[in-house]
Amino acid sequence: MSITVRFFASVRERVGKQLEAIDCAGINNVADVWRQSARVPMPDNLLAAINMEYARIDQPVRDGDEVAFFPPVTGGAP
Amino acid sequence: MTVRLLAEAFDPWREIVRYQEEQPALAGKFGATTVFVGTLRDFNQGHAVQAMTLEHYAPMTGEHLERVAREASERWPIADLLVIHRYGELRPNDPIVCVAVWAEHREAAFAACRYLIDELKTRAPFWKQEQTRQGRRWVAPEPKVK
Repeated sequence: MSITVRFFASVRERVGKQLEAIDCAGINNVADVWRQSARVPMPDNLLAAINMEYARIDQPVRDGDEVAFFPPVTGGAP
Repeated sequence: MTVRLLAEAFDPWREIVRYQEEQPALAGKFGATTVFVGTLRDFNQGHAVQAMTLEHYAPMTGEHLERVAREASERWPIADLLVIHRYGELRPNDPIVCVAVWAEHREAAFAACRYLIDELKTRAPFWKQEQTRQGRRWVAPEPKVK
């Protein structure tokens, strides 16, 4: 089994890929997924989601999960 | 209660009329309708905007819009609501988002409409990329206003 990793918007451009499956060996949390897949320093304002729910960087990841990384959402001024 | 994500340009006023006509259960049951329409301007943060691409995280966007819609219908006594949000390539003057709420009275209609647009703008995973004469740029999030 593996973990599906998605990147969006400016994070996708910085990492240079939008979709990847990585082996779950050695992966415990969201930060491990970033290290294994992105291979560039983590941006300060990075957001993450596990299975389409917003997640903390230290949140545990399980085999078969989909983990997404993206910048803050831009809905516009109030 | 309906939430739609559209890849193509739409006319919010036509969609609202059509939706209302397609809900026979609504007829005679509402005394107030509130509408918010967000439209792409041709100027933002000091630059003329030629076009904008709205990227989104497809299933997550839909799920979070549906959730915000459910919350609004649980918090206020409303009869129905319609949310339509664009993604993909937009031109200035194109509607980006439309929120319509039907309720017996205006207080719930205004409050639910306000909640829907405020929450979806901060929770739904959309990212704006503008095309200006200087090139393409990702729009930075607006600072939070207290």
